[in-house]
Amino acid sequence: MPRLRTSYLVALALAFFLLVFLVIPVGKVIYVAFQDSSTGALTLVNFVDFFKTSLFRESFLNSLYVAGMSVLFASIIAMPLAYFTTRFNFGGSILIQTLGIVPLIMPPFVGAVAMQLFFGSNGSVNLLLDQWFGINIPFMEGLNGVILVESIHYFPFILINLSAALNNIDRSMEEAAQNLGSTGMRLFRRIVLPLAMPGYLAGASLVFLKAFDDLGTPLLLNVNNMLATQAYLRISSIGISDPMGYVISVILVIFSLFSLWVSMLASRGKDYSGGGKGSSGLLKRDMKGWEKIGAYCLIIFLLLMVLSPHISLLLLSFGTIWSYSVLPDAFTTAHYAEVFSTTRQYITNTLLYAGIAATFDVAIGVAISYVVLRTKVFGRRWLDYIATGALAVPGVVLGIGYLRTFNDFNVPIIDKPLASWWVIIVIALTIRRLPYALRACTAALHQVSLSLEEASENLGAGKTATVRKIVVPLMAGGIVAGFVTSFATATVELSATLMLVTAESDAPLAYGIYVFMQSAAGRGPGAALGLIAVLVVASGSYLAHHFIERNKRMQATSTGH
Amino acid sequence: MSLTTQVQAVRLRIEDVHISFGPTKVLQGINLEIEPGEFFAFLGPSGSGKSTLLRAIAGFGPTPQGRILINDEDIASLPPWKRDVGMVFQNYALWPHLTVQKNVAFGLEERKVPKAEIFSRVEEALDMVGLSHLADRHPSQLSGGQQQRVALARTIVVRPRLLLLDEPLSNLDANLRVQMRTDILKLQRKLGLTTIFVTHDQEEANTISDRMAVLDKGIIQQIGTPMDLYDYPENSFVAHFLGTTNMIEGEVVTVDGSAVLKAGGGLELSLLDISVDGHHGAIVFRPQSVHVNPETAASSAMNLSGTIESLEFLGSTVRYGVKVGKITVLADEDHQRGKRVYDKMEQVQLVIPQEQVLFVKA
Repeated sequence: MPRLRTSYLVALALAFFLLVFLVIPVGKVIYVAFQDSSTGALTLVNFVDFFKTSLFRESFLNSLYVAGMSVLFASIIAMPLAYFTTRFNFGGSILIQTLGIVPLIMPPFVGAVAMQLFFGSNGSVNLLLDQWFGINIPFMEGLNGVILVESIHYFPFILINLSAALNNIDRSMEEAAQNLGSTGMRLFRRIVLPLAMPGYLAGASLVFLKAFDDLGTPLLLNVNNMLATQAYLRISSIGISDPMGYVISVILVIFSLFSLWVSMLASRGKDYSGGGKGSSGLLKRDMKGWEKIGAYCLIIFLLLMVLSPHISLLLLSFGTIWSYSVLPDAFTTAHYAEVFSTTRQYITNTLLYAGIAATFDVAIGVAISYVVLRTKVFGRRWLDYIATGALAVPGVVLGIGYLRTFNDFNVPIIDKPLASWWVIIVIALTIRRLPYALRACTAALHQVSLSLEEASENLGAGKTATVRKIVVPLMAGGIVAGFVTSFATATVELSATLMLVTAESDAPLAYGIYVFMQSAAGRGPGAALGLIAVLVVASGSYLAHHFIERNKRMQATSTGH
Repeated sequence: MSLTTQVQAVRLRIEDVHISFGPTKVLQGINLEIEPGEFFAFLGPSGSGKSTLLRAIAGFGPTPQGRILINDEDIASLPPWKRDVGMVFQNYALWPHLTVQKNVAFGLEERKVPKAEIFSRVEEALDMVGLSHLADRHPSQLSGGQQQRVALARTIVVRPRLLLLDEPLSNLDANLRVQMRTDILKLQRKLGLTTIFVTHDQEEANTISDRMAVLDKGIIQQIGTPMDLYDYPENSFVAHFLGTTNMIEGEVVTVDGSAVLKAGGGLELSLLDISVDGHHGAIVFRPQSVHVNPETAASSAMNLSGTIESLEFLGSTVRYGVKVGKITVLADEDHQRGKRVYDKMEQVQLVIPQEQVLFVKA
C-alpha cells in the first residue's frame, strides 16, 4: 500500500537524523570513556583514574551537593507559594503566577555575574547589611553562589508541577477524609501531601537535573570544581583526546537519565487525581487578616529575590561603574550602543541559528508525533523515546560528542570539518530543543480528535491530503507554540555552543554574553546583550503561551462537549 | 443533477465478517443483507460491536475478515477515501478551522467537482437541512442541533452510495432528539439512500427503522422489523433488550403426553399450545399479557396464583410485582380513574393467554 511506504520513508529519515546527530555522538562519548586512550581496548581504568583524582572526587561531590541544595532551596521557595494559591482564596495568586514564569525567561548564567554585584561580599545587599547590622553574609561565596542562582531560577519547575498536582486532587478525596474524621495538618499530611507527591517529585527531579549539569553558571561565577565545568575545561585546555572529559560526560548522562526517569515516573503517577470536572482542587478558604499580611510579606520578599537577577542585570547594563557601592555610580546607554555597533553579529547569528533550529524542530516534531500517534510503523515509539532522550544529554556532552564524531568529517565544497562549521551549532540547537517542539506537537495532535481525520477520509481525502488540509491546520497553534518555545530557549543555549564555536564571527548571543562577562570592562555590554536575550525569550514565551491558550479555546469550543 | 434526483439505491451485503482488536474478538460471523433504500438500524448495548461494524463498512478500524459488498463489489479492502460511503460521526467531527460552507464543500473539492457546481450543491445541501443562513459561521458558533445538521449536509452533499449514522442523536437533548429523528427519516426518504443507523436506544430504533439487527457480544442476535423482534424474540437477550419482559427458566419434561416446564421451587407450567425446542429453556411473556384476577376466563391460558409484592404507578398502567413461588412475575394493568388497585400482600390470580407466551432457548 502506498501510504504505508510513505510513512516508513518518513520514519526512516527521522531515525537516520536522530541516529547520526544524537545516538552516535553520545554513543561515541560513552565508548571513549570506556576506552584505553593509548591502546584503544575497552577498560574501566579511566573511571578508576577519575575517582583516584582528588579534584574530580571533589567536583563530583560538589555537583551533587549543589544539585541537592538547589532542590532544597527551590522547594523552600516553591512550597509556600503552591500552598497559598491552591488552598486559599487569595488575591495574590496573580503575583505568584508571575513569580512562576519570570525566572524561566532568563537562563541562570545570564544573571550570574550581575547577581554577584548584588549579593557578593562587596555587593549591594552586603554593603547595606554591613551598614545597618555590621554583618556580611556569604551568599555568593563559591558553591553558595551557584546554589542561590540555580534555586532562584529553577524553583518554578517545582511550583508549577506541585500546584498542578494540588489542583488536580479530586475534592471528594479531601471530603471523604473529613467525613471520616480527619482534619487540619493531619489531613494535609495523610491525604493531600501523598496525593501531591508525584507532582512535587516531577518538579524536584527537573531542578536537580538542571542544577547538576549547568555549565554556564559555575563558569561565570568562576567555580571550577564541579563536573560540567571540569568536562569543559579538560576538553578545551587539554584537547578532545583527554579521557576525563568523557568519563565526566558519562556521569552527567547517568544522573540526567536518572532524574528524568524519576520525573517521568512521578508524572505518570499523577493519574490518580480525580476525573470529575468541577470537583477538582482543594477546598479553598478565605485568609484571615493577619494571615493575609504574612502571606503578602512573604510573597513580596520572594518576588524581590526572584527578580534580583533581572534587576541587577538591568542596573548593570545601564550602569557606568558599579563597584563597592549599593547602586552604579551613574547611568548610560553606551553599553547598548557598543553592543549594536561592534558585535551585531551575535544578535544576527542567534536569530538565524535559533530560527533555523526551531523550524527544523517543529517539522521533525510534527513528523514524529504523526508517525507515533497515527501510523503503525514498526518501532515508532522509539523515535519519540530517542528524541525525548535528548533532554537527558547535557549540552557539554553533546558538544563533546560532536567534536569527537565530526572532526574527521570534512564537508565538501567548503572544505572544513563539520565540527567547526557553523551549521553544527544549528544542528546542536535543533537536537537540544527538539524535545520541547515534540512535546508541543504531540500535545496538539492529541487534541485533534481522530474522527476529524476519519471524516476527511470518509469524504474522499487520502492520508496526505488529510494531513495537509485537516491535521496541520488544526495543529497550527501547537506548532507555533513549539516553534516559539524552541526558538526562545535556543537563543540562550550556552553549554553546547561553548564547545562548538570556533570563530567569533560565527558565535551566537549566549557565547557573546559569556565572553563579555569574563572581563570587568565587558560586564556592561555583556549585561546589555543579556537583557536583549531576556527580551527575546520573554516575548517568545508570551507568544507561545498566547498560541497555546488560543488553540485550547478553539479546540474546546469545536467539539462542543 | 440535483441532490434529490433519485439515484439507484444500493444493496449492502455483509458476509461472514469477523473483527478482532488484538486477541479480543469484537465481531463474529456477521451476515447481513440490507435492501436498497432501506432504513436499517444496528441496535445493541455499549460494547456489543455495533459501532465497530458500522466503522468497518466505512473502512475504519482493524481490517475485517469476510466480505462487505455494495451491490456486487467487495469494498472490504478499499481505503476509506475510495469507498464513497458517507458517515455522520457521533461527535459530528466538524473541522473547527473551516466554516460551515467549507466543511460541506470539502468532499466535493476532494472529488474535483467544478467550483460553480460546488457552490450550488453546498447551498442546496445546507438548504435541505435548513442552515443556508449560517454558511459563514464556524462550527464553534453553532448549537449542538445545528452542528448535527451541518454534519448531515456535509455527508449527503457528495451523494454517497450509503449513509451511515453513528449514534447521531446521542449528544442532543430529548426534545431535539425526537425532532431530529423525524427530520433524518424525511431526508432519507427524499434522497432514497440506503441508510444504517447505530443506536443503543430501542425506542429510537423502533420509530425510525424499517428493519433492525440486535447485536450483543459481537454477534447478531436477531434481524427483523421492530414489531417482529418485539413480538417474537428468539432469545432471552432480545426479549430483555426490547422492553420489559417476564422470563421463567426451567427444564422441559413430558407429563401425561404433554410438555411441562419445571421452573424449580415446585412450579410447573403446562406448555400445551406452545412450540418447544430443546429440553432447557425459558418462557417469556410481556407484563401487559398478564391479567390480574380477570373476570372472563381465557380458553387456553396459564394460571398462576401469587401475592402482590410491589406496585409501581407508571401513569397509563400500574405495574405489579407478583410473587409466584420463588419468582416474581410483572403484570401491567391498564389504569383508569376509579379502577381498583390491589394492595401489597393481597392474594391474586394471574392469567396469561398461551398465545402470548413464547418459548426461547436460554
